[in-house]
Amino acid sequence: MARKVSTQRKVAFTVMAWTIGFLMFFPILWTFLTSFKSEGDAIASPPVFLFFNWTMENYHEVQSRSDYFSHFWNSVVISFGSTLLGLLIAIPAAWAMAFSPTKRTKDVLMWMLSTKMMPPVGALIPIYLIFRDGGLLDSRIGLVVVLTLINLPIIVWMLYTYFKEIPGEILEAARMDGASLMKEVIYVLTPMAVPGIASTLLLNIILAWNEAFWTLNLTTSNAAPLTTFIASYSSPEGLFYAKLSAASTMAIAPIVILGWFSQKQLVRGLTFGAVK
Amino acid sequence: MGSITLRSVSKVFGEAKVIPSIDLQINEGEFVVFVGPSGCGKSTLLRLIAGLEDVSGGEIVIDGQNATELPPAKRGLAMVFQSYALYPHMSVRSNIAFPLKMAGMDKGEIDRKVSDAARVLNLTDYLERKPRQLSGGQRQRVAIGRAIVRQPKAFLFDEPLSNLDAALRVNMRLEISELHQQLKTTMIYVTHDQVEAMTMADKIVVLNRGNIEQVGSPLELYRKPANLFVAGFIGSPRMNLIEGKFAEANGAKTVGIRPEHIGLSRDSGLWEGTVTIAEHLGSDTFMHIEVPDVGTVTARAGGEFGVRHGDRVYLTPDETKLHRFNDRGLAL
Repeated sequence: MARKVSTQRKVAFTVMAWTIGFLMFFPILWTFLTSFKSEGDAIASPPVFLFFNWTMENYHEVQSRSDYFSHFWNSVVISFGSTLLGLLIAIPAAWAMAFSPTKRTKDVLMWMLSTKMMPPVGALIPIYLIFRDGGLLDSRIGLVVVLTLINLPIIVWMLYTYFKEIPGEILEAARMDGASLMKEVIYVLTPMAVPGIASTLLLNIILAWNEAFWTLNLTTSNAAPLTTFIASYSSPEGLFYAKLSAASTMAIAPIVILGWFSQKQLVRGLTFGAVK
Repeated sequence: MGSITLRSVSKVFGEAKVIPSIDLQINEGEFVVFVGPSGCGKSTLLRLIAGLEDVSGGEIVIDGQNATELPPAKRGLAMVFQSYALYPHMSVRSNIAFPLKMAGMDKGEIDRKVSDAARVLNLTDYLERKPRQLSGGQRQRVAIGRAIVRQPKAFLFDEPLSNLDAALRVNMRLEISELHQQLKTTMIYVTHDQVEAMTMADKIVVLNRGNIEQVGSPLELYRKPANLFVAGFIGSPRMNLIEGKFAEANGAKTVGIRPEHIGLSRDSGLWEGTVTIAEHLGSDTFMHIEVPDVGTVTARAGGEFGVRHGDRVYLTPDETKLHRFNDRGLAL
């Protein structure tokens, strides 16, 4: 039964929620607004909020200085590529751990997760050297591989918790009903796992899209995704706030739009298992 | 069609010997119930027969053919799971049709068989629904439907009624018994509920710690339990097991007497005792009576018997219905 909440409390909670929501959203909003300001307005003190000379100048400037679409395309290739490759490795792994666990399965899962606890910079030099010697610096393939490995623990964990929710008896029923392993996978497992695989895919595309550490360190131009595109406008000298904002807005727009349309899937994927 | 023979079947999980060694003959058309407390290995035994677990030793013969190494689907058995294990993304129709589809049957034939099964199980109006839109009893019927369309050599039921409420359970029990009368197919039914075992079985297999304690018809087990375990397990309320002087006087280590075989009187009898708890069910009255030198004795009186906590009653066990057990717990 729902608890009774007084109107006053409701109003208070609503105001609080909106305030917190607005505070969290504010940096993005400010970046968005700044991208339409002149460099002068961008650093004006006191800051101007809505009433300034709106201009598209920064966007023109950014596009003429650097090639947005080449960065965009790199981001797409790297985030989708690493996610798909990750799924290809993680699905069988999570499958095995969920449906025929051994005594060590939990340990393996913890060990995989523990790799995420190490500061990435600790592995930077060895990986940089491997990339240099392997000719992988500034290549998309190299980044796809690195980001796959970086996100693999999360992909496996998400899929594992998702597969765990599928009752083993249903798979056994399929086996009793005469389904071969192939048919069991096609007709029973996959349809039941699709929502989980989809939300894992989405979350990892977002993670890979936003990944800055490795992309900044291992690329310069050819394979540089949108993160380096933004970084190139972050300069200690000169007035670049408005242009930086424009670049940021352009870089995050695609992923914000993707996230917006798939938020239902995302929330479901992230809370799956915790909330039924 | 539908005879199953187990020869020295054993199952070991790691260090644990779940089933040391079992020999069992299940005849064609029999309704066999595996009963025992939880952890006795009854479900494991069923899963070994189904092929969902590999045996560690021994062999399983189905209709004269050695099926020990056969995968589940090739054994010609159908299973109904405790959780029903329906395919949640498929309609009732597709669920029932699934085994036929896997067998590569043509569509017209599948449709005919699914409609037949649906009619038998009163599911005709629900064929287009998804499992989540059905009640527990209906889901169970879909699971049974999925099993019967295959016309298997035998049905395996793994505690199929334990997720249902009490009233529905009684109904489904009757339905399954009726189904057995109609189909005359071998059925193996696992339960921890001795009432289900007694009411449904042609043959009961009582299991304890992976061993068969006794095999027999319900009344054989009731009348002549082979050992203390079966004596205590079959019958409700439990048989009274009495040690001490009374047992020695009857030449046994332990003597058993069922609550319904104890005569009750307010005036005279062999034992005098004090009622600690009286359960008035209307049709029966169950009393827990503290008897000096004997212990707590449960007695049953048919109909109403007006006693309360603290009342004095006299008990007389029916000498012809005494069960005597030696110091190893075996019937004498």
